[in-house]
Amino acid sequence: MSLWSWWVAHLMKSKARGWKLFLKTVIARAYPRVIAQQREKSWIFFDVFLPMLAVSAYVFIYRAIGAPEDYVGFVVLGGAMTAFWLNVLWSMSTQFYWEKETGNLSLFIMAPAPKMAILLGMALGGMVATSLRAGTIIIVGSFLFRVRYSVFNPPLLAVVFILTLVALYGLGMMNASLFLLWGREAWHLASLAQEPIYLLSGFYFPIKSLGFWVAVLASLIPLTLGLDAMRQLLFPSGSALGFLNVYLEVAGLAVLSVIFLAAARFLLNYMERKAISEGRLLEIQR
Amino acid sequence: MPGDLAIKTENLWRIYTVQGKRREPRKEVIALRDVNLEIPRGELFGLLGPNGAGKTTLIKILTTLLAPTSGRAWVAGFDVVHESHKIRPLINMVSGGETSGYGLLTVRENLWMFAQFYGIPSSEANRRIEELLRRVGLAEWMHAKVSQLSTGMRQKMNVVRGFLTEPEILFLDEPTLGLDVNAARQIRQLIKEWLAEHPNRTILLTTHYMQEADELCDRVAIIDQGRIVACDSPAALKQRLQREAIFELDITYPNDLAPRSLEAISGVRRALVSETDTGAKLDLVLEEESVLAEVIHVLSTHSIQVRRLTKREPTLEDVFVELVGRPFDEE
Repeated sequence: MSLWSWWVAHLMKSKARGWKLFLKTVIARAYPRVIAQQREKSWIFFDVFLPMLAVSAYVFIYRAIGAPEDYVGFVVLGGAMTAFWLNVLWSMSTQFYWEKETGNLSLFIMAPAPKMAILLGMALGGMVATSLRAGTIIIVGSFLFRVRYSVFNPPLLAVVFILTLVALYGLGMMNASLFLLWGREAWHLASLAQEPIYLLSGFYFPIKSLGFWVAVLASLIPLTLGLDAMRQLLFPSGSALGFLNVYLEVAGLAVLSVIFLAAARFLLNYMERKAISEGRLLEIQR
Repeated sequence: MPGDLAIKTENLWRIYTVQGKRREPRKEVIALRDVNLEIPRGELFGLLGPNGAGKTTLIKILTTLLAPTSGRAWVAGFDVVHESHKIRPLINMVSGGETSGYGLLTVRENLWMFAQFYGIPSSEANRRIEELLRRVGLAEWMHAKVSQLSTGMRQKMNVVRGFLTEPEILFLDEPTLGLDVNAARQIRQLIKEWLAEHPNRTILLTTHYMQEADELCDRVAIIDQGRIVACDSPAALKQRLQREAIFELDITYPNDLAPRSLEAISGVRRALVSETDTGAKLDLVLEEESVLAEVIHVLSTHSIQVRRLTKREPTLEDVFVELVGRPFDEE
């Protein structure tokens, strides 16, 4: 065997380490969400049709009371972003609970892969898969209710959208780390958080209506600032109904992204150590 | 820790604190008591014990998933608490009845995903997946969704996952649990072949199937209530009972006969009665064969008929009963 062919064979078999292992893990953990989740066609009913019913209800109310037409667009956008919130709540925050139930969690922890890469893979896969659902809601909703958009600053809109997702999934990663120790409590907490966030983040109405201080408090949830900024950049009356200046909201989202991602990393390490020490990584709790 | 040891434990204890019923104080459950083990590289080491004996707890500690309450353990020369990141690339684990993986992924995709967590290049992972699936008779199901697999097939997939990363030390926790005879045989065959191909690799196997331990293991530790009660080769363990005579009797149902009355007979070391569909089975360990006549006499005075009498070689189950003082399946 020549030196060259030995080297090629060695390279083909050698295990990746460092950032290569990190990247491989992110892609591998994202794979089930990006590819496999589309195989279950029921998502069209549960993730598109059912949310469209809630969107329709608000559209009919706004039209019945003669609200400005931009409100219809607000609702369709809110409905699309609901998909991300539900994904973060049920497929990110509580994910380690399900992984523990199926026995995957102990295999993840035992593998040499960085745990942060597994979390990031979950988040990235969730973002991609949910973008498909959210996009479908936007397209169907816009077509059904004849929504008209006026995109003022496409690059800024893209920045706001990406930052919103980063901050939102950062929150999901932080919660996932936090819930590593818990069992069914995580599931109950997610149930508890679902509806209040619909209200506090202004999924179906401008957040400004809640008053300044409530809106400030609600801004701890990235969707609040993200939705408000996107509405300002997509609809003519958006800026008049907006809560804060868009650039201020972008800065807020950037800060939230950094805080949530750093907290996720710290909590994941802390909770892993604690779970190993208390014996709570085991599928069967003693 | 010497370099030729794959696993070493030193005075290992694990105590769980569990919440009792409402208003009851928390109580402590001792899962492992002062466990000391040394397993050289290249050995297939069996950990034999009934459910709840502490086998899984020990495996979880050695696979860095659980911290010991006290004592120390080393795997491949690294401390399980302080050097877990050095141990993880070198080990893998398969548990019986595990439901890991994702039902919507195919068998190949699931295995590829886990291979990526170990940094194995995709082309190499796919080659190994094909080969290992062929060896356990699952190649035809490679592109089937995991949700379509039977329990046995899923367990075979899990076993493949364990071997896929070519670990230096492999932990098999009841790998044939609940499998049919054929599937269990295929897995045992793979274990033997893998060790023959990689003589420097180590397997720690936990099982409560005595025959499996007897067939596969170089050495066996018998664990009961968290304590290692014996550790030796299966042959040496059975040798302890070799000087005794072991009989198995099929008898009619013994209405008013307690095993203690048989054990009261001089020369009877152990008498165990268990119900069968047609009557009962009497397991006897006698100091010498001549004691059998007296036992049969006692049975006849209780109107118990002997339908069949077999003299047999000692098994690991006999060793367990001898050491622990109760049958294996009686917790």
